[in-house]
Amino acid sequence: MAVLTASDLRKGLKLEIDGEPYIIVDFEFSKPGKGQALYRCRLKNMITGSQFDRTYRSGDKFNSADLEEQEYQFLYKQDNSYHFMNTSNYEQIELSTDTVGDAVNFLTENLVVSILLFEGRPIGISLPNFVTLRVVQSDPGIKGDTAAGTTKPATLETGFVIQVPLFVEQDETLKIDTRTGTYVERVK
Amino acid sequence: MSNVSSDHWMPEQITLDRKRSRLAMRASVLQSIRGFFQEKGFLEVQTPTRTWAPAPESHIEPIPLLEGGCLITSPELHMKRLLAAGYEKIFQICTVFRRGERGHRHHPEFTLLEWYRLHSDQAALQEDCEGLLQFVCRAVHRESGWKYGGNWLDVNAPWEKWTVREAFLRYAGHDPLTQWNQDTFEEVLVQKVEPNLGFPAPCFLTHYPAFQAALAKMSAHDSSTCERFELYWAAIELANGFSELTDAMEQRRRFESVLKEREKADLPSYAMPEKFLKSLEVLKPCAGIALGVDRLVMLLADAPSLDDVVAFPPAFT
Repeated sequence: MAVLTASDLRKGLKLEIDGEPYIIVDFEFSKPGKGQALYRCRLKNMITGSQFDRTYRSGDKFNSADLEEQEYQFLYKQDNSYHFMNTSNYEQIELSTDTVGDAVNFLTENLVVSILLFEGRPIGISLPNFVTLRVVQSDPGIKGDTAAGTTKPATLETGFVIQVPLFVEQDETLKIDTRTGTYVERVK
Repeated sequence: MSNVSSDHWMPEQITLDRKRSRLAMRASVLQSIRGFFQEKGFLEVQTPTRTWAPAPESHIEPIPLLEGGCLITSPELHMKRLLAAGYEKIFQICTVFRRGERGHRHHPEFTLLEWYRLHSDQAALQEDCEGLLQFVCRAVHRESGWKYGGNWLDVNAPWEKWTVREAFLRYAGHDPLTQWNQDTFEEVLVQKVEPNLGFPAPCFLTHYPAFQAALAKMSAHDSSTCERFELYWAAIELANGFSELTDAMEQRRRFESVLKEREKADLPSYAMPEKFLKSLEVLKPCAGIALGVDRLVMLLADAPSLDDVVAFPPAFT
């Protein structure tokens, strides 16, 4: 378990507080005038989802949350549960819509993802940084229409809508950055 | 003209496209700041970006350089050396660097406007602030008010002036001067006081506790406060100004105490700014102020974060 200091605090960091894993969901660095830095955090319990605010200052120390990540392959969705298989021991697990969260925008059959386990319990999912997804709908771009910007919306096979450059056409396959939910390039 | 058939595309195209109008606003703000000071007869100066002896500060960390010295955290010391040499009204717009500062309202490198007046005090700076912000708002067509994050802002509404004591009594229910607590002062300021300051017009928070004086002069009639003020707008700290301390002995004593404090906290140490201290021996009464330009642009452009008004925001490290 790594010991962290206040300057390590940022959105997305996972800490252990009173034996429970917490993630920083909102973070604001503030430093009034010539005063000392304050690190204002909104912490979310990664199991119960409950949140609270706490302000830390330079010099405070923390333990990182002792979490384990394992590779799973997405099999199928049934009702409100998502089924995955461990790629090394073939065990299957079920995740709720809440646990899957925004990852649902990028989840296609056979995609290999990391599932976060706290004491063996699945509590979250992290996607590869890049996935490839097919465009199922996008209107043709209008050439030279720079006033309207250089992008247009496109609907992906998961139902997720992103902004893409005008040259992207329906049925093309795109590389998407799952961290930002943005278009990277076309895949031939 | 975009070329629809080309696959030449950079991922940051989208973010940079989105910033176009805010970066144009930024350019207008910079231009109008220069216009304002030119009209007032100020001389624009440039001072070094690298220094070997930054002003010792308890809570501001310079970024050290491999070859020695560090990047400036403010051009203050060099600008005061110009004042000491008789330059009467000077301003500078420059990039400054502060290690480890990263948030919606903090970048480890940011654009600072500093201006100084010889034979003057903080009252003249406060007048400058009003004149400057009204001038800039006029230049970027914000003179009739606009909404920032849902709150109405209007540079031409009456500007309020609160002492630190009054503001704490009103919003936090205690007097920070009689019940001084170093550990909670900033926390209460940030959480209870600041959110109320500067609606719809900017406001001054004045008479800072003497413990927070840094390079400011003590108040003439009250040794518990100093002639330091902050300018707030829409709960955002925009500027920090003061009547400058011109007592070389007192300044050396304050620097020495900060250096000792830094040593105790195991923080990197730099040389005592001797040339600056020497210049204080001849420096006449003067006043100076530093204003965060990126934050001003953020307000004027109704942008939620500094990242929105800087073309290439620094990464979270």
